[in-house]
Amino acid sequence: MTSVTNATRIFVLGGITSYRALFHWITPWILIPTFLVGPVTQILLFAYLGRSSGVGSDEYFVIGNAIQYAAIPCLFAMGNTIGDERQQKTLGIILSTPAPRVPLFLGRAIPVILNGWVVALFALVAGGLIFSIDVPASAYPPIVLVSLVTSFSCTGLGLVGAALALRVRETAVLANVIFGILLVFCGVNVPLESLPEWMSSVSPWLPLTHGIAAARTLADGATFSSVSGALGKEAGIGALYVLIGMAMLSYFEWESRRRATLEVF
Amino acid sequence: MTAWQVIRTLGIGWWFHLKMLSRSAFDGVLGILWPLFFATVAFLMYRINGDDRVLLYASVGASVMGVWSSVSTSGSGVVQRERWQGTLELLVAAPVPMPLILLPITVAMATIGLLSMVVTLLWGRFLFGIDVNVVHPVLFLVAVPVTVVSVGAVGFLLSVTVVRYRSAWALGSALELPVWLVAGFLVPIGILPDWVRPLSWLLAPTWGVRAIREAALGGNPVPEIGLCLLVGAGYLALGVLAAESVLQSARRHATLALS
Repeated sequence: MTSVTNATRIFVLGGITSYRALFHWITPWILIPTFLVGPVTQILLFAYLGRSSGVGSDEYFVIGNAIQYAAIPCLFAMGNTIGDERQQKTLGIILSTPAPRVPLFLGRAIPVILNGWVVALFALVAGGLIFSIDVPASAYPPIVLVSLVTSFSCTGLGLVGAALALRVRETAVLANVIFGILLVFCGVNVPLESLPEWMSSVSPWLPLTHGIAAARTLADGATFSSVSGALGKEAGIGALYVLIGMAMLSYFEWESRRRATLEVF
Repeated sequence: MTAWQVIRTLGIGWWFHLKMLSRSAFDGVLGILWPLFFATVAFLMYRINGDDRVLLYASVGASVMGVWSSVSTSGSGVVQRERWQGTLELLVAAPVPMPLILLPITVAMATIGLLSMVVTLLWGRFLFGIDVNVVHPVLFLVAVPVTVVSVGAVGFLLSVTVVRYRSAWALGSALELPVWLVAGFLVPIGILPDWVRPLSWLLAPTWGVRAIREAALGGNPVPEIGLCLLVGAGYLALGVLAAESVLQSARRHATLALS
């Protein structure tokens, strides 16, 4: 078998198997409250908060929260694919193999990206129907693309969380905290210009910020070319976090071998 | 059991579980941070139009969010946790009725949420300049524990009704935000659709947050305190009935350790 074929097998089959294992361990039943009920209730909460505070329109909150909710699978599932394997004592076996690490870990990211994308699209449709938001038909295909790119960038950040799962026990707590930071900093519900200056200076360096802004611009009737810059930045931020995540995974794997701490909690 | 034995069992159970729940620094920090993220967004949104009265309204409501959060997520997994730890059979076999074992756990969870309440009020005070001067301090000190106990009673009912589901915590998490919304923690119930209003009356947190708000901002919280107790007692009664039925079923089918 050539090294390319081998890497492709690890990338595709390893990713699918890991994802199936993830939902075997935590049961498929949680898909409904977590991925379907969760985003809709978040949209409802903030849309009514927006009405109460006189900030933004229903459309503003539907788009912001639907796309932000992609972060739930992207952060939690990505972190758990590593953290759960560590807890189940299978990570040590995997890391003792000569399998190349890049396809090994990135393969685990692909189903997560698709999961985040589907969650965001479901939330967009459900939220749009509940609040009867008016988005031009021509905006749908580019918004679908923006959601995919945003899920990719969130998964990049999820990979950083996954790397930390080699050091910390509570990956779910960590993912919750990162989710909360994204909720506050990325212009999901509060316009960036209304955030304190130090916060809005952090926002462009986080996933979601450019993607949500691009989706809102598209929903207002702008052309795809007018948001290509924002989309490029979102993809770039995602790629940056993927690189950071891979570097951290590599470092923590090396250190856990050196200190024999891979399965120590 | 005598009344004293019931009080003693509830008191010791509450204190014991309060100490256990305080052991995890990770959970403690998350219990404070999670509602604080949502409170921060609410404060930032309400601040845009600069209405101080609305900010006060949101600040008091946001401070109670942590009480509900700690119960909704953890409360639904109480029985499952005992099952995983291998202590469920021992608890069921004990001569103490199961409700007297479970209720202190969920009330302890609600009590842990008070830490989030204090931090959220301080967060609002020092970062957003929201100065909550409690108008009726005595009634405030009554409203808070009444709310904690009533929310704990909701958690108790939740814990016994979802006992057959392995991933009950996910259901509990899914209830967190809807109750924040429907019970009027952050937005007035009046702006919600009309059909939601009767639903909110059935929720103990609705009366709890109203009582705390009335006591803090001025008004007469006594009716709300009474209603909070009444609704909480209703949840407690339903929980006792449900616990009896679930335990009988589990014994009959020999499924106590399963699920």
